[in-house]
Amino acid sequence: MERDDIIEYSLGAQHSEEEGAKIRKNIWKVTALLSIITLVEVIVGATLSKTVIGDGTTWSLIKYGYIILTLVKAGYIVLSFMHLGHERKSFKLTVLVPYIFFILYLIFIVVNEALAVTEMNFPLN
Amino acid sequence: MAGEVSKAIPPKDLWEGGRSPFSMSYGKIMMWFFLISDALTFGAFLVSLGWFRYTADYWPVSDQVFYHIPFVHSELPEQGFPLAYVAFMTFILIISSVTMVLAVEAGHRNDKKNVIKWMVATVIGGFVFLGSQVWEWAGIIVGPDGVFGTYDDTTMQSNFLGGWLNGAPIEGPKQYAQIFYCVTGFHGFHVFSGVMINIVILINVIAGTYEKRGHYEMVEKGGLYWHFVDLVWVFVFTFFYLL
Repeated sequence: MERDDIIEYSLGAQHSEEEGAKIRKNIWKVTALLSIITLVEVIVGATLSKTVIGDGTTWSLIKYGYIILTLVKAGYIVLSFMHLGHERKSFKLTVLVPYIFFILYLIFIVVNEALAVTEMNFPLN
Repeated sequence: MAGEVSKAIPPKDLWEGGRSPFSMSYGKIMMWFFLISDALTFGAFLVSLGWFRYTADYWPVSDQVFYHIPFVHSELPEQGFPLAYVAFMTFILIISSVTMVLAVEAGHRNDKKNVIKWMVATVIGGFVFLGSQVWEWAGIIVGPDGVFGTYDDTTMQSNFLGGWLNGAPIEGPKQYAQIFYCVTGFHGFHVFSGVMINIVILINVIAGTYEKRGHYEMVEKGGLYWHFVDLVWVFVFTFFYLL
């Protein structure tokens, strides 16, 4: 039975040839960005590794740099490739807020506990 | 993006029933909710990696472990190519994610020919990634330059490498190999199921199922899963191979 009281949301995503060309251009732009970030990470990882530069301030800067670059990459994949940036604001919040909240809590609690365990296991360090 | 999502609808009408307040189909919303739960699983894995690193007194440096490339024998890290092979794997996964998003875009134009083209490319990319992972695992477990197997044949204990000192391997924590195989294995299994899902969708595209239906939303839903696999790899790459 054909129903006309249900909105076919899937049809709303369809677009014309001209819009498609614009979207494809954006896809290639994001691709270039992701590839460049990965390339930078690999070159830094292969040349300025912890074995070469030691466990000092430079290494901590590189470490946090990696994490920031990873979050940038993840943001582009989620918002652009997975189209979350084009969904309604209520849906963006529904997906991101609970996830970010739980993960931040988990990171906090586990790192906190791990530091306590380390202090107990290696009291001299 | 055109259509329902960008249409301005007063909040009262949006939430008073008779429509999806997110202006999305049921299947797509449920795929997102599944991905959130899966992302929490991977998040827990990566956070437990952090736990192991914090509680171990010593942790191997990745360029001392991952320096092999196919067909080249390199016994010591200095003779090898640190991160070259895993960079290739990362690149393959990013490119297959791009071909997937191009397939979704072609689906939005009802362009069956291009959907097939890009879906085939995505499936090939997935198989290349899986093959690369098989090679990587085989190399580090039993290869001639193998650095950490799952157990030692004589003592039946985990054998693992903490790094190199004056050309001799130093022992590292057992958890290093365990969490590495656990997380990359779980991710590899996701890639495998993603490739299978993509093959089923590809067969349906070729058979004209979605053409008859009038839209290619199934390609989009499969695409969400495939991008998620890429997203997880971005984090695995950082936390296992870079840091």
